[in-house]
Amino acid sequence: MRKNLMEILCCPVCKSELTLSVTEESGEEVLEGSLRCPACGVDYPISEGIPNLLPQTGCED
Amino acid sequence: MSKGDQVYTPAEDSFLLLRAALREVRPGDRVLEVGTGSGYIAAGLVGRAARVVATDINPHAAASARARGVEVVRTDMAAGISGPFDLILFNPPYLPTAPEERIDDWLEYALDGGPTGRAVIERFIADAGRVLAPSGRILLLISSLTGPDEVREVFTRHGFVSFIVDEEPLEGETLYVLRAMRDICRMRL
Repeated sequence: MRKNLMEILCCPVCKSELTLSVTEESGEEVLEGSLRCPACGVDYPISEGIPNLLPQTGCED
Repeated sequence: MSKGDQVYTPAEDSFLLLRAALREVRPGDRVLEVGTGSGYIAAGLVGRAARVVATDINPHAAASARARGVEVVRTDMAAGISGPFDLILFNPPYLPTAPEERIDDWLEYALDGGPTGRAVIERFIADAGRVLAPSGRILLLISSLTGPDEVREVFTRHGFVSFIVDEEPLEGETLYVLRAMRDICRMRL
């Protein structure tokens, strides 16, 4: 995902703004990292450039 | 099952919605495609709008759309999206599906419209206003089997006015594209 995608993302549960942490990037493109909802205290992963904004249940897939 | 079998392959419904979207899209539009599947429609709009973003709940679909050069978010319809968007596209699961007809795999999300065919569509319309710009437009693909009049009633109930803007007869059903906007005459100010 490009960093400016942050403008249109929100927490899927409470719709709060998210904060971005980057662990791997390529220019403006975030490849690995996470999106944190401060209100819910939940981290949503970014993997292979795709943010995963499914409610985190701990038994994904 | 290979990954390719778990993503909806573009078909007549995809072609019809892309045709309608290409007529509808304006260069300044921020476009959201909900449930993009392979990414075929969103990819067809990249470069024709200010921004094109797509979502899908299915990880294989999200990967497929990204491989086509689409900015993609893995989420349930527009759940993780705040907007606003000027144009929202959705080729939903629109076929009436009895519980015993369900198959428990990722493709099910692309096909299963619940007993009426409108289960996912009703959830989409109920949330669409949250991410749609004030004068934004929605293009929704449905089938004659989905009940076009009933879908238009759902739009009406949520404050939208809708019209059929394109159609394509298939064997045993007709596909329609509904275009919906906020009904400004009935908006409570």
